[in-house]
Amino acid sequence: MTGVPVSAYLALALILFCIGLYGALTKRNTIIVLISIELMLNAVNINLVTFSKFGMNPSITGQVFAVFVIAVAAAEVAVGIAILLSLYRNRKTVNIDEMDQLKH
Amino acid sequence: MTISGEFLAFISLALVAVIGGVLLLNLTKVVHMVVGLVFTFIAIAGIYILLSAEFLAVVQILIYSGAITIIMLFGIMLTRHNDEESDSKGGGWKKVLLFLGVLAFGAAFYIGIYNLDFGTEPAALHEKNTEQLGVALYSDFVIPFELMSVLLLVALVGAIVLSRNDGEKEGDKE
Repeated sequence: MTGVPVSAYLALALILFCIGLYGALTKRNTIIVLISIELMLNAVNINLVTFSKFGMNPSITGQVFAVFVIAVAAAEVAVGIAILLSLYRNRKTVNIDEMDQLKH
Repeated sequence: MTISGEFLAFISLALVAVIGGVLLLNLTKVVHMVVGLVFTFIAIAGIYILLSAEFLAVVQILIYSGAITIIMLFGIMLTRHNDEESDSKGGGWKKVLLFLGVLAFGAAFYIGIYNLDFGTEPAALHEKNTEQLGVALYSDFVIPFELMSVLLLVALVGAIVLSRNDGEKEGDKE
């Protein structure tokens, strides 16, 4: 067996996911919320790659899945930034608690 | 107990990754937060190399610490920020409760994973990693791959349409 156990990688991914979750829930700035979501997706990718090496059936499939997750994350960031720019043009704000048009 | 080089590399990379995340939470200026998170992304690329996923490591550096960070910086520069992100009204209790909730989430999952071991031999994924990945992508996963190209096209066209500055209906509804 190798030097680093599986649970160490999973624990690192868990810590990064918790940091991303806390940032996404507490920050007011929309860009920081978006990038916190990216951090959570990265933590999930670490889990996928870890299981593709150490899991029940070690194979390359986990890495293929991680590639797909990265592509979806890139598309999500592009659309998110576009929505942010168009909202900023209309409302002149980037704070997430002032984007409440659907409430009124 | 001997400390192997792999363990040392893992510990230092994990430390850099977690420090980048903590910087994201604690800095006050938005640009500094994004630049702090670049450290996390590069450290995660190093973790991928330890997990014998060299192609993913390169893709991680290209996409995350290259493209996504630059897009975020453009988003910051195109909007105006009142720096020193101020605490919202009565946010103290909410933050404490959220912190406790996230901590409980993390503890519950840590109980599940702390002595997880499948006992299987790690696969030889580091030999010709990119070739293995390409063969899998073009034989077993052809249809998801093509769907992904359609998704990227739709997302990028949608992003252009959303952020286009159409002159005739200038929205001044404030």
